[in-house]
Amino acid sequence: MNPTPAIQIAGLTKSYGDVHVLEGVDLTVEKGSIFALLGSNGAGKTTAVKILTTLLKADDGTATVNGFDVRTQAQDVRGSISLTGQFAAVDEILTGRENLILIAKLLRQKNPGAIADDLLARFSLTEAGNRKVATYSGGMRRRIDIAMSLIGNPPVIFLDEPTTGLDPEARIEVWQAVKELAEGGTTVLLTTQYLEEAEQLADRIAILHGGRIIANGTLAELKALFPPAKKEYVEKQPSLEEIFLAITGKSNSTVPAGNTTVKES
Amino acid sequence: MTTRFFGDTAILTGRSLRHIGRSPDTIVTTAITPIAMMLMFVYVFGGAIDTGSHESYVSYQLPGILLITIASGIAYTAYRLFQDKNGGMFDRFQSMPIARSAVLWGHVLTSLVANMISLVVVVLVALLMGFRTGASVLDWLAVIGILALFTLALTWLAVVPGLTAGTVEGASAFSYPLIFLPFLSSAFVPTDTMPGPVQAFAEHQPVTSIVDTIRAIFAGQDPGNDVWIALAWCVGLLVVAYVLATAAYRRKFA
Repeated sequence: MNPTPAIQIAGLTKSYGDVHVLEGVDLTVEKGSIFALLGSNGAGKTTAVKILTTLLKADDGTATVNGFDVRTQAQDVRGSISLTGQFAAVDEILTGRENLILIAKLLRQKNPGAIADDLLARFSLTEAGNRKVATYSGGMRRRIDIAMSLIGNPPVIFLDEPTTGLDPEARIEVWQAVKELAEGGTTVLLTTQYLEEAEQLADRIAILHGGRIIANGTLAELKALFPPAKKEYVEKQPSLEEIFLAITGKSNSTVPAGNTTVKES
Repeated sequence: MTTRFFGDTAILTGRSLRHIGRSPDTIVTTAITPIAMMLMFVYVFGGAIDTGSHESYVSYQLPGILLITIASGIAYTAYRLFQDKNGGMFDRFQSMPIARSAVLWGHVLTSLVANMISLVVVVLVALLMGFRTGASVLDWLAVIGILALFTLALTWLAVVPGLTAGTVEGASAFSYPLIFLPFLSSAFVPTDTMPGPVQAFAEHQPVTSIVDTIRAIFAGQDPGNDVWIALAWCVGLLVVAYVLATAAYRRKFA
Protein backbone atom coordinates (compact mmCIF):
# COMPACT_ATOMS: atom_id res chain seq x y z
CA MET A 1 0.00 0.00 0.00
CA ASN A 2 2.18 2.81 1.27
CA PRO A 3 5.76 2.81 0.01
CA THR A 4 8.49 2.39 2.64
CA PRO A 5 8.69 5.58 4.64
CA ALA A 6 11.83 7.65 4.20
CA ILE A 7 12.44 7.67 7.93
CA GLN A 8 10.93 5.41 10.57
CA ILE A 9 11.81 5.67 14.25
CA ALA A 10 10.43 3.55 17.09
CA GLY A 11 11.18 3.78 20.79
CA LEU A 12 14.41 5.68 20.34
CA THR A 13 16.22 6.53 23.58
CA LYS A 14 19.51 8.26 24.31
CA SER A 15 21.04 9.40 27.57
CA TYR A 16 24.25 11.19 28.41
CA GLY A 17 25.00 9.91 31.89
CA ASP A 18 22.04 10.94 34.02
CA VAL A 19 20.62 13.26 31.40
CA HIS A 20 17.87 11.54 29.44
CA VAL A 21 17.76 13.40 26.14
CA LEU A 22 15.44 11.09 24.20
CA GLU A 23 12.96 8.97 26.13
CA GLY A 24 11.22 6.92 23.50
CA VAL A 25 10.77 8.82 20.26
CA ASP A 26 8.43 7.42 17.58
CA LEU A 27 8.23 9.07 14.20
CA THR A 28 7.45 8.32 10.56
CA VAL A 29 8.41 10.58 7.69
CA GLU A 30 6.85 9.86 4.30
CA LYS A 31 8.91 9.96 1.12
CA GLY A 32 9.10 13.31 -0.61
CA SER A 33 7.77 15.35 2.26
CA ILE A 34 9.22 18.17 4.31
CA PHE A 35 9.07 17.22 7.94
CA ALA A 36 9.81 19.73 10.69
CA LEU A 37 11.01 18.63 14.08
CA LEU A 38 10.13 21.48 16.36
CA GLY A 39 11.53 21.99 19.82
CA SER A 40 13.19 24.45 22.13
CA ASN A 41 16.93 24.56 22.71
CA GLY A 42 18.14 21.37 24.32
CA ALA A 43 15.00 19.43 23.44
CA GLY A 44 17.11 16.74 21.76
CA LYS A 45 16.60 17.69 18.11
CA THR A 46 20.28 17.57 17.27
CA THR A 47 20.71 14.29 19.15
CA ALA A 48 17.91 12.76 17.09
CA VAL A 49 19.47 14.00 13.86
CA LYS A 50 22.89 12.68 14.87
CA ILE A 51 21.44 9.24 15.51
CA LEU A 52 19.63 9.23 12.16
CA THR A 53 22.79 10.32 10.34
CA THR A 54 24.89 7.56 12.03
CA LEU A 55 27.03 10.03 14.00
CA LEU A 56 25.69 8.77 17.33
CA LYS A 57 24.44 5.41 18.51
CA ALA A 58 21.09 5.24 20.23
CA ASP A 59 20.83 3.45 23.58
CA ASP A 60 17.69 1.65 22.56
CA GLY A 61 14.99 1.59 19.89
CA THR A 62 15.20 1.29 16.13
CA ALA A 63 15.56 3.74 13.31
CA THR A 64 15.60 3.19 9.57
CA VAL A 65 16.46 5.73 6.91
CA ASN A 66 15.56 4.99 3.31
CA GLY A 67 14.81 1.44 4.45
CA PHE A 68 18.25 0.89 6.03
CA ASP A 69 18.83 0.32 9.73
CA VAL A 70 21.07 3.06 11.15
CA ARG A 71 22.79 0.59 13.46
CA THR A 72 23.42 -2.42 11.23
CA GLN A 73 23.46 -0.80 7.77
CA ALA A 74 25.21 2.46 8.63
CA GLN A 75 27.19 2.65 5.40
CA ASP A 76 24.00 2.19 3.32
CA VAL A 77 22.33 4.92 5.35
CA ARG A 78 25.30 7.21 4.69
CA GLY A 79 24.89 6.53 0.99
CA SER A 80 21.25 7.66 1.15
CA ILE A 81 21.54 10.88 3.10
CA SER A 82 23.27 14.16 3.47
CA LEU A 83 23.59 16.24 6.59
CA THR A 84 23.70 19.99 6.95
CA GLY A 85 24.69 20.43 10.55
CA GLN A 86 23.78 23.14 12.98
CA PHE A 87 26.85 25.17 12.11
CA ALA A 88 27.81 25.53 8.47
CA ALA A 89 30.23 22.66 7.91
CA VAL A 90 32.32 24.19 5.18
CA ASP A 91 36.05 24.32 4.66
CA GLU A 92 36.86 27.99 5.16
CA ILE A 93 40.29 27.85 3.60
CA LEU A 94 38.96 26.41 0.35
CA THR A 95 36.86 28.40 -2.11
CA GLY A 96 33.16 27.70 -2.47
CA ARG A 97 33.80 25.90 -5.73
CA GLU A 98 36.58 23.78 -4.20
CA ASN A 99 34.28 22.78 -1.35
CA LEU A 100 31.70 21.52 -3.83
CA ILE A 101 34.32 19.70 -5.89
CA LEU A 102 35.73 18.05 -2.75
CA ILE A 103 32.36 16.55 -1.84
CA ALA A 104 31.61 15.57 -5.46
CA LYS A 105 34.95 13.73 -5.66
CA LEU A 106 34.36 11.93 -2.37
CA LEU A 107 30.99 10.80 -3.73
CA ARG A 108 32.73 9.63 -6.94
CA GLN A 109 30.61 11.85 -9.15
CA LYS A 110 31.53 12.31 -12.78
CA ASN A 111 32.53 15.85 -13.77
CA PRO A 112 32.89 17.37 -10.28
CA GLY A 113 33.71 20.73 -11.85
CA ALA A 114 30.48 20.83 -13.84
CA ILE A 115 28.45 19.83 -10.77
CA ALA A 116 30.10 22.60 -8.77
CA ASP A 117 29.42 25.25 -11.42
CA ASP A 118 25.80 24.13 -11.73
CA LEU A 119 25.20 24.34 -7.98
CA LEU A 120 26.97 27.69 -7.70
CA ALA A 121 24.58 29.03 -10.33
CA ARG A 122 21.53 27.52 -8.61
CA PHE A 123 22.43 29.14 -5.31
CA SER A 124 23.48 32.50 -6.84
CA LEU A 125 27.07 31.99 -5.78
CA THR A 126 28.74 31.96 -9.18
CA GLU A 127 30.52 35.26 -8.57
CA ALA A 128 31.70 34.22 -5.11
CA GLY A 129 32.65 30.74 -6.28
CA ASN A 130 36.36 31.38 -6.50
CA ARG A 131 36.62 33.23 -3.20
CA LYS A 132 37.61 31.57 0.05
CA VAL A 133 34.57 30.64 2.12
CA ALA A 134 36.14 32.55 5.03
CA THR A 135 35.10 35.74 3.23
CA TYR A 136 31.43 34.70 2.87
CA SER A 137 28.50 36.15 4.80
CA GLY A 138 26.44 33.91 7.06
CA GLY A 139 23.75 33.43 4.43
CA MET A 140 26.27 32.58 1.71
CA ARG A 141 27.95 30.01 3.96
CA ARG A 142 24.62 28.37 4.63
CA ARG A 143 23.84 28.29 0.93
CA ILE A 144 27.15 26.67 0.00
CA ASP A 145 26.60 24.29 2.93
CA ILE A 146 23.20 23.25 1.60
CA ALA A 147 24.56 23.10 -1.95
CA MET A 148 27.20 20.63 -0.72
CA SER A 149 24.41 18.51 0.72
CA LEU A 150 22.67 18.22 -2.65
CA ILE A 151 25.59 16.61 -4.47
CA GLY A 152 24.79 13.08 -5.54
CA ASN A 153 21.05 13.71 -5.15
CA PRO A 154 20.61 11.91 -1.81
CA PRO A 155 16.99 10.80 -1.30
CA VAL A 156 16.92 12.07 2.30
CA ILE A 157 18.37 15.36 3.50
CA PHE A 158 18.77 16.42 7.12
CA LEU A 159 18.89 20.11 7.91
CA ASP A 160 19.68 20.82 11.55
CA GLU A 161 18.49 24.35 12.39
CA PRO A 162 19.30 25.62 8.90
CA THR A 163 18.42 29.25 9.62
CA THR A 164 19.64 29.74 13.19
CA GLY A 165 21.85 32.81 13.32
CA LEU A 166 20.81 34.09 9.90
CA ASP A 167 19.36 37.51 9.17
CA PRO A 168 15.80 37.64 7.77
CA GLU A 169 16.90 37.97 4.14
CA ALA A 170 19.23 35.01 4.37
CA ARG A 171 16.51 33.01 6.08
CA ILE A 172 14.15 33.55 3.16
CA GLU A 173 16.90 32.49 0.74
CA VAL A 174 17.35 29.26 2.65
CA TRP A 175 13.59 28.63 2.75
CA GLN A 176 13.47 29.07 -1.01
CA ALA A 177 16.24 26.51 -1.43
CA VAL A 178 14.49 23.98 0.83
CA LYS A 179 11.21 24.36 -1.04
CA GLU A 180 12.93 23.73 -4.38
CA LEU A 181 14.44 20.59 -2.92
CA ALA A 182 11.14 19.11 -1.91
CA GLU A 183 9.66 19.92 -5.31
CA GLY A 184 12.36 17.68 -6.76
CA GLY A 185 11.06 14.76 -4.68
CA THR A 186 13.71 14.80 -1.95
CA THR A 187 12.62 14.01 1.59
CA VAL A 188 13.70 16.77 3.97
CA LEU A 189 13.83 16.49 7.73
CA LEU A 190 14.58 19.83 9.26
CA THR A 191 14.82 20.86 12.87
CA THR A 192 13.95 24.32 13.98
CA GLN A 193 13.06 26.33 17.02
CA TYR A 194 11.14 28.86 14.93
CA LEU A 195 7.44 28.15 14.71
CA GLU A 196 7.14 30.33 11.63
CA GLU A 197 9.76 28.28 9.82
CA ALA A 198 7.87 25.06 10.43
CA GLU A 199 4.66 26.73 9.31
CA GLN A 200 6.27 28.06 6.12
CA LEU A 201 7.99 24.92 5.00
CA ALA A 202 6.71 21.73 6.49
CA ASP A 203 4.08 19.27 5.30
CA ARG A 204 4.08 17.72 8.72
CA ILE A 205 5.30 18.97 12.05
CA ALA A 206 6.30 17.06 15.16
CA ILE A 207 6.97 18.72 18.47
CA LEU A 208 9.79 17.21 20.51
CA HIS A 209 9.55 18.05 24.17
CA GLY A 210 10.90 16.37 27.28
CA GLY A 211 12.47 13.62 25.18
CA ARG A 212 9.20 12.60 23.54
CA ILE A 213 7.10 13.57 20.54
CA ILE A 214 4.16 15.31 22.16
CA ALA A 215 2.36 16.32 18.99
CA ASN A 216 2.60 15.17 15.40
CA GLY A 217 0.54 16.08 12.35
CA THR A 218 -0.11 18.57 9.59
CA LEU A 219 -0.44 22.20 10.52
CA ALA A 220 -4.24 21.88 10.20
CA GLU A 221 -4.28 18.81 12.44
CA LEU A 222 -2.17 20.52 15.07
CA LYS A 223 -4.48 23.51 14.98
CA ALA A 224 -7.44 21.21 15.42
CA LEU A 225 -5.95 19.94 18.66
CA PHE A 226 -6.68 23.29 20.19
CA PRO A 227 -10.07 24.84 21.00
CA PRO A 228 -12.10 25.58 17.86
CA ALA A 229 -11.24 28.76 16.06
CA LYS A 230 -13.26 31.80 16.83
CA LYS A 231 -13.18 35.00 14.87
CA GLU A 232 -12.00 38.15 16.48
CA TYR A 233 -10.86 41.35 14.90
CA VAL A 234 -7.45 42.52 15.90
CA GLU A 235 -5.37 45.31 14.51
CA LYS A 236 -2.19 43.69 13.42
CA GLN A 237 0.87 45.89 13.61
CA PRO A 238 3.53 44.92 11.11
CA SER A 239 6.31 43.01 12.81
CA LEU A 240 9.78 44.50 12.86
CA GLU A 241 10.80 41.75 10.49
CA GLU A 242 8.12 42.79 7.97
CA ILE A 243 9.20 46.42 8.29
CA PHE A 244 12.83 45.48 7.81
CA LEU A 245 12.06 43.42 4.73
CA ALA A 246 9.78 46.09 3.28
CA ILE A 247 12.39 48.81 3.71
CA THR A 248 15.23 46.75 2.33
CA GLY A 249 13.03 45.75 -0.58
CA LYS A 250 13.38 42.05 0.01
CA SER A 251 9.75 41.50 0.80
CA ASN A 252 8.59 38.09 -0.22
CA SER A 253 5.24 36.56 -0.83
CA THR A 254 6.00 34.08 1.92
CA VAL A 255 5.85 36.86 4.46
CA PRO A 256 2.31 37.98 5.20
CA ALA A 257 1.81 41.69 4.76
CA GLY A 258 -1.03 43.95 5.71
CA ASN A 259 -2.39 45.67 8.73
CA THR A 260 -5.78 44.43 9.68
CA THR A 261 -6.28 40.74 9.34
CA VAL A 262 -8.76 38.28 10.61
CA LYS A 263 -6.82 36.18 12.98
CA GLU A 264 -7.87 32.72 13.92
CA SER A 265 -6.96 31.94 17.46
CA MET B 1 36.50 -1.01 0.53
CA THR B 2 40.28 -0.80 0.08
CA THR B 3 40.06 1.03 -3.23
CA ARG B 4 37.57 3.34 -1.54
CA PHE B 5 40.12 3.89 1.26
CA PHE B 6 42.99 4.80 -1.06
CA GLY B 7 40.81 7.04 -3.21
CA ASP B 8 39.30 8.86 -0.24
CA THR B 9 42.69 9.22 1.45
CA ALA B 10 44.13 10.74 -1.74
CA ILE B 11 41.23 13.20 -2.06
CA LEU B 12 41.39 14.25 1.60
CA THR B 13 45.19 14.51 1.56
CA GLY B 14 44.86 16.78 -1.47
CA ARG B 15 42.44 18.90 0.50
CA SER B 16 44.70 19.48 3.50
CA LEU B 17 47.79 19.91 1.32
CA ARG B 18 45.86 22.73 -0.31
CA HIS B 19 45.46 24.24 3.18
CA ILE B 20 49.24 24.22 3.53
CA GLY B 21 49.63 25.73 0.09
CA ARG B 22 47.26 28.52 1.14
CA SER B 23 49.17 29.23 4.35
CA PRO B 24 52.84 28.39 3.68
CA ASP B 25 53.63 30.23 6.92
CA THR B 26 52.94 26.96 8.76
CA ILE B 27 56.03 25.51 7.09
CA VAL B 28 58.09 28.63 7.81
CA THR B 29 56.95 28.68 11.46
CA THR B 30 57.82 25.03 11.81
CA ALA B 31 61.32 25.62 10.48
CA ILE B 32 62.09 28.96 12.11
CA THR B 33 62.37 27.87 15.77
CA PRO B 34 64.74 24.98 15.03
CA ILE B 35 66.79 27.28 12.79
CA ALA B 36 67.02 29.88 15.58
CA MET B 37 68.11 27.15 18.01
CA MET B 38 70.66 25.91 15.53
CA LEU B 39 72.12 29.43 15.13
CA MET B 40 72.32 29.79 18.92
CA PHE B 41 73.88 26.40 19.53
CA VAL B 42 76.45 26.72 16.76
CA TYR B 43 77.42 30.38 17.15
CA VAL B 44 76.88 30.93 20.93
CA PHE B 45 77.32 27.68 22.87
CA GLY B 46 79.05 25.57 20.26
CA GLY B 47 82.57 26.99 20.73
CA ALA B 48 82.55 25.95 24.38
CA ILE B 49 81.16 22.45 23.85
CA ASP B 50 83.66 19.64 23.58
CA THR B 51 81.92 16.87 21.70
CA GLY B 52 85.00 14.68 21.66
CA SER B 53 84.67 14.18 17.91
CA HIS B 54 86.46 15.95 15.08
CA GLU B 55 83.38 16.80 13.06
CA SER B 56 82.19 20.41 13.09
CA TYR B 57 79.63 21.31 15.75
CA VAL B 58 77.01 22.26 13.14
CA SER B 59 77.18 18.70 11.82
CA TYR B 60 77.16 17.30 15.36
CA GLN B 61 73.94 19.02 16.44
CA LEU B 62 72.00 18.83 13.13
CA PRO B 63 70.29 15.46 13.82
CA GLY B 64 68.85 16.80 17.09
CA ILE B 65 67.64 19.97 15.37
CA LEU B 66 65.91 17.83 12.72
CA LEU B 67 63.99 15.97 15.44
CA ILE B 68 62.99 19.28 17.08
CA THR B 69 61.69 20.40 13.67
CA ILE B 70 59.46 17.34 13.47
CA ALA B 71 58.27 17.75 17.07
CA SER B 72 57.16 21.33 16.39
CA GLY B 73 55.68 20.52 12.97
CA ILE B 74 53.26 17.87 14.16
CA ALA B 75 51.47 20.40 16.38
CA TYR B 76 49.77 21.61 13.19
CA THR B 77 48.20 18.20 12.68
CA ALA B 78 46.56 18.45 16.09
CA TYR B 79 45.48 21.98 15.22
CA ARG B 80 43.95 21.08 11.86
CA LEU B 81 42.18 18.04 13.26
CA PHE B 82 40.75 20.15 16.06
CA GLN B 83 39.46 22.69 13.52
CA ASP B 84 37.79 19.96 11.46
CA LYS B 85 36.17 18.47 14.53
CA ASN B 86 34.87 21.80 15.82
CA GLY B 87 33.99 23.31 12.46
CA GLY B 88 31.66 20.43 11.58
CA MET B 89 33.68 19.06 8.66
CA PHE B 90 34.19 15.84 10.61
CA ASP B 91 30.45 15.38 11.04
CA ARG B 92 29.95 15.99 7.35
CA PHE B 93 32.60 13.44 6.35
CA GLN B 94 31.32 10.92 8.91
CA SER B 95 27.80 11.09 7.53
CA MET B 96 29.08 10.35 4.02
CA PRO B 97 29.66 6.88 2.58
CA ILE B 98 33.44 7.24 2.63
CA ALA B 99 36.17 5.14 4.25
CA ARG B 100 36.15 6.48 7.78
CA SER B 101 39.84 6.11 8.54
CA ALA B 102 40.65 8.11 5.39
CA VAL B 103 39.71 11.26 7.31
CA LEU B 104 42.64 10.69 9.69
CA TRP B 105 45.06 9.38 7.08
CA GLY B 106 44.54 12.51 4.99
CA HIS B 107 45.82 14.63 7.87
CA VAL B 108 48.66 12.24 8.71
CA LEU B 109 50.03 12.11 5.16
CA THR B 110 49.76 15.89 4.92
CA SER B 111 51.87 16.13 8.08
CA LEU B 112 54.45 13.86 6.49
CA VAL B 113 54.72 16.05 3.39
CA ALA B 114 54.76 19.33 5.35
CA ASN B 115 57.41 18.10 7.78
CA MET B 116 59.61 16.82 4.97
CA ILE B 117 59.52 20.27 3.36
CA SER B 118 60.40 21.92 6.70
CA LEU B 119 63.27 19.47 7.14
CA VAL B 120 64.64 20.33 3.71
CA VAL B 121 64.57 24.03 4.66
CA VAL B 122 66.47 23.33 7.90
CA VAL B 123 69.07 21.16 6.13
CA LEU B 124 69.61 23.90 3.52
CA VAL B 125 70.30 26.43 6.29
CA ALA B 126 72.66 23.96 7.96
CA LEU B 127 74.54 23.60 4.64
CA LEU B 128 74.96 27.38 4.54
CA MET B 129 76.31 27.21 8.10
CA GLY B 130 78.96 24.71 7.11
CA PHE B 131 77.29 21.32 7.50
CA ARG B 132 79.02 18.81 5.25
CA THR B 133 78.49 15.12 4.77
CA GLY B 134 79.89 12.43 2.58
CA ALA B 135 76.64 10.51 2.78
CA SER B 136 75.76 8.54 -0.35
CA VAL B 137 72.31 8.49 -1.94
CA LEU B 138 71.62 5.27 -0.07
CA ASP B 139 72.72 6.86 3.22
CA TRP B 140 70.39 9.78 2.59
CA LEU B 141 67.52 7.41 1.88
CA ALA B 142 68.18 5.72 5.23
CA VAL B 143 68.14 9.09 7.03
CA ILE B 144 64.92 10.12 5.22
CA GLY B 145 63.37 6.77 6.11
CA ILE B 146 64.12 7.14 9.83
CA LEU B 147 62.90 10.76 9.88
CA ALA B 148 59.71 9.74 8.03
CA LEU B 149 59.05 6.95 10.53
CA PHE B 150 59.63 9.33 13.45
CA THR B 151 57.29 11.89 11.82
CA LEU B 152 54.57 9.28 11.32
CA ALA B 153 54.89 8.09 14.93
CA LEU B 154 54.67 11.60 16.39
CA THR B 155 51.89 12.61 13.99
CA TRP B 156 49.69 9.71 15.09
CA LEU B 157 50.45 10.78 18.64
CA ALA B 158 49.31 14.31 17.72
CA VAL B 159 46.01 12.89 16.46
CA VAL B 160 45.03 12.04 20.05
CA PRO B 161 45.01 15.62 21.44
CA GLY B 162 43.60 16.85 18.12
CA LEU B 163 40.55 14.65 18.65
CA THR B 164 40.19 14.96 22.43
CA ALA B 165 41.33 18.49 23.35
CA GLY B 166 38.71 21.01 24.46
CA THR B 167 40.54 24.08 23.16
CA VAL B 168 42.89 24.98 20.31
CA GLU B 169 45.63 25.76 22.85
CA GLY B 170 45.19 22.36 24.44
CA ALA B 171 45.37 20.68 21.06
CA SER B 172 48.77 22.13 20.21
CA ALA B 173 50.36 22.44 23.69
CA PHE B 174 51.15 18.73 23.94
CA SER B 175 54.10 19.08 21.58
CA TYR B 176 56.18 21.26 23.96
CA PRO B 177 57.50 18.32 26.00
CA LEU B 178 58.38 16.58 22.75
CA ILE B 179 60.40 19.59 21.62
CA PHE B 180 62.22 19.46 24.98
CA LEU B 181 63.15 15.79 24.69
CA PRO B 182 66.23 16.28 22.45
CA PHE B 183 67.81 18.48 25.16
CA LEU B 184 67.86 15.47 27.49
CA SER B 185 69.68 13.37 24.92
CA SER B 186 72.94 13.16 23.03
CA ALA B 187 71.64 15.76 20.55
CA PHE B 188 73.73 18.73 21.73
CA VAL B 189 76.32 17.39 24.19
CA PRO B 190 77.74 13.92 24.80
CA THR B 191 75.76 12.14 27.49
CA ASP B 192 78.82 11.10 29.53
CA THR B 193 79.18 14.54 31.13
CA MET B 194 75.65 14.33 32.59
CA PRO B 195 74.99 13.31 36.22
CA GLY B 196 73.96 9.67 36.71
CA PRO B 197 70.13 9.74 36.62
CA VAL B 198 70.01 12.27 33.78
CA GLN B 199 72.51 10.23 31.83
CA ALA B 200 70.51 7.07 32.42
CA PHE B 201 67.38 8.77 31.10
CA ALA B 202 69.20 10.33 28.15
CA GLU B 203 70.72 7.05 27.04
CA HIS B 204 67.46 5.14 27.20
CA GLN B 205 65.08 7.50 25.46
CA PRO B 206 64.29 7.32 21.74
CA VAL B 207 65.93 10.58 20.70
CA THR B 208 69.48 9.50 21.61
CA SER B 209 69.49 6.38 19.47
CA ILE B 210 67.90 8.20 16.54
CA VAL B 211 70.34 11.11 16.82
CA ASP B 212 73.35 8.77 17.13
CA THR B 213 72.23 6.79 14.10
CA ILE B 214 71.73 9.82 11.86
CA ARG B 215 74.98 11.40 13.10
CA ALA B 216 76.93 8.23 12.31
CA ILE B 217 75.38 7.96 8.84
CA PHE B 218 76.19 11.62 8.06
CA ALA B 219 79.77 11.05 9.26
CA GLY B 220 80.14 8.01 7.04
CA GLN B 221 80.45 5.65 10.01
CA ASP B 222 78.64 2.44 10.79
CA PRO B 223 75.82 3.23 13.24
CA GLY B 224 76.06 -0.35 14.53
CA ASN B 225 73.36 -1.37 16.94
CA ASP B 226 71.97 2.16 17.25
CA VAL B 227 70.12 1.88 13.97
CA TRP B 228 68.15 -1.11 15.21
CA ILE B 229 67.37 0.51 18.55
CA ALA B 230 66.27 3.64 16.70
CA LEU B 231 64.06 1.65 14.33
CA ALA B 232 62.58 -0.30 17.24
CA TRP B 233 61.73 2.96 19.04
CA CYS B 234 60.17 4.49 15.90
CA VAL B 235 58.10 1.44 15.01
CA GLY B 236 57.11 0.86 18.65
CA LEU B 237 56.05 4.49 19.07
CA LEU B 238 54.20 4.34 15.77
CA VAL B 239 52.22 1.26 16.78
CA VAL B 240 51.34 2.60 20.23
CA ALA B 241 50.39 6.03 18.84
CA TYR B 242 48.29 4.46 16.07
CA VAL B 243 46.41 2.29 18.54
CA LEU B 244 45.80 5.26 20.88
CA ALA B 245 44.65 7.47 18.01
CA THR B 246 42.30 4.85 16.60
CA ALA B 247 40.85 4.25 20.07
CA ALA B 248 40.28 8.00 20.57
CA TYR B 249 38.64 8.16 17.14
CA ARG B 250 36.33 5.22 17.88
CA ARG B 251 35.31 6.73 21.19
CA LYS B 252 34.58 10.06 19.55
CA PHE B 253 32.80 8.80 16.45
CA ALA B 254 31.52 5.36 17.33
